[in-house]
Amino acid sequence: MNRKYELVYVVSPDATEAQIAELATQVEGIVQRLGGTLEKTENWGRRKLAYEIGRHKEATYILDVINGSGELMKEIDRRLKVFDLVIRHLVVRVDEHEGVIDRQKSRRTETSRRRRIARGLPPDRAPGEGQRGEPDDDRDDRFDMGLEDVR
Amino acid sequence: MNGGRKPSGGGRGRGAAGAAGAAGAAGKDGQRRPMFRRRKVCKFCSDKIDDINYKDTKLLLPFVPERAKILPRRISGTCAMHQRKLRTAIMRARQLALIPYTAE
Repeated sequence: MNRKYELVYVVSPDATEAQIAELATQVEGIVQRLGGTLEKTENWGRRKLAYEIGRHKEATYILDVINGSGELMKEIDRRLKVFDLVIRHLVVRVDEHEGVIDRQKSRRTETSRRRRIARGLPPDRAPGEGQRGEPDDDRDDRFDMGLEDVR
Repeated sequence: MNGGRKPSGGGRGRGAAGAAGAAGAAGKDGQRRPMFRRRKVCKFCSDKIDDINYKDTKLLLPFVPERAKILPRRISGTCAMHQRKLRTAIMRARQLALIPYTAE
């Protein structure tokens, strides 16, 4: 049963380029050994952490998109817990979620097309057509409404 | 024993005072202003954002104001479905230190 997962791991800022590369190859090794494929890997580079972890204030983020079984992800999870250089990691299953998003998108375009045809317009909106949202203030004011309730 | 009793008494007192204050404010509201409040709308519904992703900090940050608590639905106006999605996204982002758990 192959599923799609996202793995993000946060590498300590003390790690050298070589160490990070080595970590990446290790992850890839596990993926291949357990019959998965590494669809994509993305290095976000060094980012500031939102809070200190240990004594670190920034760290390197790496994102992998992996096709594989749950067993594989369990193994990766176990292995990443062992490495000291990896200070955080997160595995998220994304295939179902992506399916939901696609369905929502297609449903949305479909209904808009149907409505436009019902109104006697061409099914797709031409660029620049239709009313624009008012160029206004109500982006922000949702956050300062009802403040009395909070207090 | 004593220690147990005192705070509870204090708590009750405070609670009563708070309730009275709220009642007073509500009374004023009723009398004076039929204040018009613009109806809040869900940002994700109106902007047609399907995907609330934990990696998208720019999208999430307005929903965790300075104390870094998740903004409640009654203030942001987010609909129930999107608030749920927002919550999981924020909690994931927090695990990865993309968003703080708390300020100070």
